Amino acid sequence: MEAKLTFKDFNEGLKQGKLSGLKCQGCGELIAQPRILCGKCGGSEFDSIEFAGPGSIQTFTVNYVAAEGREAEAPYIVAIVELDEGPWVMGNIVGLKPEAATIDIIGKRVTLSGVAVFQGDKYSAGEAARPLFKLL
Amino acid sequence: MRKVAIAGAGMTRFSGKQPRTAIELFGDAATDAIRESNIRSQDVQALFMGNFMGDFEEGQAHIQAFAADYLGLARIPANRYENACASASAAIRDAFIWVASGYYDIVLAGGAECATKMGTPLATRTFAMASDSRYEYASGLTFPGVFAMLTHLYARKYNIPLEKLKRQLYQVSINSHYYAARNPKAQYQKELTMEDALKSPMIASPLQLVDCCPFSDGAAVLVITSEDVAKKLTKKPVLIAGVGQASAGNLLSQKEYLPRIRSRELAAAQSYKMAGLGPKDIDLIELHDCFSTAALIALESLGFFPYGTAGDAVEKGETKIGGRIAVNPSGGLKAKGHPVGATGAAQAYEVVRQLRGECGERQVEGARVGMTDTLGGDGGTLCNIILKRGW
Ligand SMILES: [Zn+2]
Repeated sequence: MEAKLTFKDFNEGLKQGKLSGLKCQGCGELIAQPRILCGKCGGSEFDSIEFAGPGSIQTFTVNYVAAEGREAEAPYIVAIVELDEGPWVMGNIVGLKPEAATIDIIGKRVTLSGVAVFQGDKYSAGEAARPLFKLL
Repeated sequence: MRKVAIAGAGMTRFSGKQPRTAIELFGDAATDAIRESNIRSQDVQALFMGNFMGDFEEGQAHIQAFAADYLGLARIPANRYENACASASAAIRDAFIWVASGYYDIVLAGGAECATKMGTPLATRTFAMASDSRYEYASGLTFPGVFAMLTHLYARKYNIPLEKLKRQLYQVSINSHYYAARNPKAQYQKELTMEDALKSPMIASPLQLVDCCPFSDGAAVLVITSEDVAKKLTKKPVLIAGVGQASAGNLLSQKEYLPRIRSRELAAAQSYKMAGLGPKDIDLIELHDCFSTAALIALESLGFFPYGTAGDAVEKGETKIGGRIAVNPSGGLKAKGHPVGATGAAQAYEVVRQLRGECGERQVEGARVGMTDTLGGDGGTLCNIILKRGW
């Protein structure tokens, strides 16, 4: 069977500022990344949805040691954001200096403010976009 | 199902950069395990080998077939296990299942890794491949970053001031170094002071270098046999009393559980149930302290301390030998070293030595039951193995 949402769909949508996801027709679970069967109920029927963008920071790190090929990006803030609809997504926090990212930013409101694209390296089979969030 | 035992165990010293290949290291550990088991190499019926990144380290995929040939065993089936940091534990668990089923009587299971051959930038890149390449790595997540985020989450979830938690985490690393300094097979043979810890550089906030395990080279191998065979071979067979394994997706799909690792809770429950034992019966644990926070999370999920209190227990000395539960008397991943594909087998090696009473200064007196805990990726694979004296 063919998946309702593929990485390519998700990535192309994100590059246009859309956070794509799935709603399970079986149990109503909302999912913010592609999957072929529901992890909650095993269902295979999904509706395509789009998340609005606002959410809150659940956790974060300021990364000082980047992987090969991404050294120029460091330091940068990686965060897990809980979207208002419920699911978690990972992205970067922008508009905040890394040294200002203390544990107090956990729980702070953010919204989707843009997208950045990892252009890929020889291992990654192409690019992958990620959401950028800014503090509200 | 038949009862299954470890008849012998071998391990190289874990180290930083060294000249030998992963196959050569595996050969050293395997021949030591074979000799100790009093079998002939020709008695081995299958080889299960953990190896995470041979492709990137030495341009060597399919390493298991060449390792078998290096040991003069080219005729037997050989499988590679790639479960990130839990590779060797997955190999040991499968060896257990095949021997328990009666299909094989004698299997070699372990692993080898030469992570230092990559250098830090490439190693940071390849280790990140064990998290989600699309929905995590796009954001620049690295392995220290995974546990850094779990550290902040842990502090917030259990309402522990970060300063206090950081002090407890330093103590985790200090304990590991104390035991590694007494383990001739450990990568780091020196103790760590609070002063050293405080000035350690930041890697991924709030984790500093002192919170992170090193890149390592090394190998460890077990001879796994039926109990009947093991009893003929050795006076001190170590029984595999229980095993468990579970999987998880990326951090985002673990939303309902983090900072608890759900795959660990499932795997631990399986292993306790199979062994008919519980946390109170375990005399020592070799657990997955890839980062200091990971040790606290493991201690709680395995049932040794209530959620949010493992740091207090560490500060009170309850995780030292003589405390409530002896934790990582080998020095752990942090200070014994973490040659990824070998780590689970090295954990089992330490438990075997402890149960036999062969650990000298770092001996857990009278240890009868020990456990291993190995985590791969960001919880993607979790294996637990419970070992007990078979004599
Ligand atoms: Zn569902």
